[in-house]
Amino acid sequence: MQKIEKLDKVTVKFAGDSGDGVQIMGDQFGNVTAVVGNDFATLPDYPAEIRAPQGTTYGVSSYQIQFAAYDVYTPGDNPDVLVAFNPAALKVNLSSLKPGGIIVVNEDEFTEQNLRKAGFPSNPLEDDSLTSYRVNKIPITKLTLEALKDTAIGHREKLRCKNFLALGIISWLFLRPLDPVISFLNKRFSSKPEVLEANLRVLKAGYNICDTMEIFPVHYQIPPARLEPGRYRNINGALATAYGLIVASHKSGVPLIYSGYPITPASEVLQILSALKHHGVIAIQTEDEIAAITMAIGASYAGSIGVTGTSGPGLALKIESLNLAVMTELPLLVFDYQRSGISTGMPTKTEQGDLLFALFGRPSDSHIVILAPSSPSDCFWISIEAVRLATKYMIPVLILSEQFLVHSSEPWKLPELGEIPPIEINFRTDPSRFYPYMRDDKTLARSWVKLGTPGLEHRIGGLEKSNIFGNVSYDPENHDLMTKIRSEKVQRVAQDIPDVKIMGPADADMLVVGWGSTYGHMKAAVEMANSDGMKVALVHLRYLNPLPKNLGDVLRKFKKVLVPELNLGQLQYVLRAKYLVDAIGYNRVTGKPFSVSELLDFIKEEYKGLKMH
Amino acid sequence: MSTPVDEVELIKYKPTDFKSDQDVRWCPGCEDYAILKAFQTALAEIGIPREKHAVISGIGCAARLPYYMTTYGFHTIHGRPIPVATGVKVANPDLSVWVMTGDGDAISIGGNHLIHVMRRNVDINILLFDNRVYGLTKGQYSPTSNKGTINKSAPMGTVEEPAEPLALALASGATFVARTSAAYVKHLVELIIEAHKHKGTSFIHIYQNCYVYNDGVFDEFTEKDVRDDRNLILEHGKPLVFGKNSDKGLRFSDGKIEIVELEPGNPPDDITVYDETNLSLGFALSKLYWPEYPVPMGIFRRVSQPSFEDLIYEQVKKAKEKFSPDINRLLYSGDVWEVK
Repeated sequence: MQKIEKLDKVTVKFAGDSGDGVQIMGDQFGNVTAVVGNDFATLPDYPAEIRAPQGTTYGVSSYQIQFAAYDVYTPGDNPDVLVAFNPAALKVNLSSLKPGGIIVVNEDEFTEQNLRKAGFPSNPLEDDSLTSYRVNKIPITKLTLEALKDTAIGHREKLRCKNFLALGIISWLFLRPLDPVISFLNKRFSSKPEVLEANLRVLKAGYNICDTMEIFPVHYQIPPARLEPGRYRNINGALATAYGLIVASHKSGVPLIYSGYPITPASEVLQILSALKHHGVIAIQTEDEIAAITMAIGASYAGSIGVTGTSGPGLALKIESLNLAVMTELPLLVFDYQRSGISTGMPTKTEQGDLLFALFGRPSDSHIVILAPSSPSDCFWISIEAVRLATKYMIPVLILSEQFLVHSSEPWKLPELGEIPPIEINFRTDPSRFYPYMRDDKTLARSWVKLGTPGLEHRIGGLEKSNIFGNVSYDPENHDLMTKIRSEKVQRVAQDIPDVKIMGPADADMLVVGWGSTYGHMKAAVEMANSDGMKVALVHLRYLNPLPKNLGDVLRKFKKVLVPELNLGQLQYVLRAKYLVDAIGYNRVTGKPFSVSELLDFIKEEYKGLKMH
Repeated sequence: MSTPVDEVELIKYKPTDFKSDQDVRWCPGCEDYAILKAFQTALAEIGIPREKHAVISGIGCAARLPYYMTTYGFHTIHGRPIPVATGVKVANPDLSVWVMTGDGDAISIGGNHLIHVMRRNVDINILLFDNRVYGLTKGQYSPTSNKGTINKSAPMGTVEEPAEPLALALASGATFVARTSAAYVKHLVELIIEAHKHKGTSFIHIYQNCYVYNDGVFDEFTEKDVRDDRNLILEHGKPLVFGKNSDKGLRFSDGKIEIVELEPGNPPDDITVYDETNLSLGFALSKLYWPEYPVPMGIFRRVSQPSFEDLIYEQVKKAKEKFSPDINRLLYSGDVWEVK
């Protein structure tokens, strides 16, 4: 019987070739992490190339997970455990591994050729370059082939099983039950019994060799986190977005049409919705980005909830159409799953680079509502909120989601469907005294008419219209009025959204403000700063246009305001311009989420300056 | 859902019932007036309630048409009426959806959508106003302008071969393809009604004279005194005969078409009998042009195929039969655990 050592928190990373099955292994490990009750957050990271040349550093795919006995906000900065399927995976990830960390390598892959491809001058398993780590050389390939030697499947298929052998090994290390993985395999390979059998066999073999070979001196165990009572599941941002849209359609009683053109990382949501037709949702893959948004506009015009999703390059193509929706005052949802860089950039990496584009990147004075989810599960709630605002104010809503959120997963406390408030939509049906640009006094929204409703036939379009009557109008004063109304509509949304909450000590001197997916990283860093004796507060924005109405007052309470962003200072620019506060930016554009420790260093440095001042 | 188009009670309309209170702002002498009138006449004859029609347009002179109608209408942006119309039709298949577009809107900036709507066979009707010039921007050449056309953006004449919209439509898999001229109002009304009856994408290519920037470009085969000799009216099941005295016919063999002189009223057996389901024949005919050949008018192709939106809703229905639409089950899919 092996010893068990208890830990509070661990970060594990799996890394290998794009074809090594690292993502599926990570997903399964994450799933079991959820089942044993740890809180966790994940960071899948993969190259844009589908199958990059084997053994190269640029072909390395990885999956990082942080799990703990308490709240986890991020996938972790530096892994405690690295599973490397080849030299390239070791090379790429070694520098981020914690000193003293555990390395599990597939030693069979450390051939001269692979070492050369990875750029190792000599074999790190044989020289002294890894002495500061606990290295476990395991012949994963040989063990896999050995375990499967009397099975009928081919050599290549045998090799593809090695991720589950490794999962068996790591399951032993963290004393994890195999049952959830076994039931997953049963489902996945139900039609291929021999492949199922092979995977089950290597999974168990991986677990058992740890006992027989005594690879590790101890098991590590992370006690369950004290999460709020309730039922939980593991969710990533793509699923949460799709589920949120379906729930919003259900809660409003209005059908939803999602049209999209394949683009990384937005395709994920298109695919998920395509498989959920039984919920009445219609997902259409269009011929291009412009067709995607204009079909959604057509759907909204007809009386459905029109939704489209894309990423930066696609959003650029959609802008003229987006302005048509602004002009015709139609409800529309546009998801921008922000990815890294300008032009094609780094499609599989994350960034927050589109905020200013979302705010200002349209011809003329064009205002729309902009929201940003703060975590994978928040994508669910943001979808519902976007539908509520778009239909209530008859306005396009742009959701600044992020590549990181699409794939990252976390435990999600499942909501009670009955507790989600209905979205009230009142289609106009009364033909008496109807004009297309008559407005609701409070929201300034014009009425939404389902096409086919008798007596309400009307014409809309991109040409300026007279207020109330809706006829084409070149009247100068009318254009001035309509431009101001379209802007005012967005401002009125501020009355309908929650004020920002200040998290942290009430007497803090310094405030950290951010938006979107960096919430977890900022929260972790701010909590650490406070436990280090600093007094730092945090404000996180989910509403970016309009901004919450108390934000100006909140910002002015603090001596110093820090704005960490995965861009070169876009929210910082907005806050400075709008509230005249001397906001200081912390800006990283590495394609990866923040490192909490680096962010903490920045907070410390700024705090020191504040105190000296 | 509302009542499907083919099940509603028909109403006795006059063409003027479809005329809105807005002043029509096309140039005097523009043939768009004739198309508008034909469209209103056809809708009156079709007789389905006004609120069942959605008229969607892009940008260009033709695109102003929805404002002159009393139906639902959407004047969208340049090149995009087709995907907007697709969105409308998918959202509500019970509507009769019309697209008003021009040669710049549909063949140039929106060319991609034209290909794909036909490939999908969305049940919408597209009226292409082809005047072979950019009118609203004041006289640049368009993708259908004759090679050598001299105008503002081609002072020495265009060097581009023109696109043939019908050939494009046929190649894209369109299931209803027709052509006429805005000068033939009665024929246009008939074709609009046929397009409405057709389930799937209907495409009517309309030669339309631009009085200001490209006047007379179709005259050589549409003028009253020459049209019988220089047009060929396509009629399904009838021999391809043309001429004022019905004294010429077409023979289609080996992918080639030749003109044959014949005795009026007595076409020989080898004159091709027109078949609107024969794609190669339709394609060959779409390439005929005056003065080498008569210009064919009428229905080039009409075949029955399931429509895009029907197939979509069929899948939705099938999925609902197979899987539970319970949202709680969706949310709780995957591994769920309880924290106490």
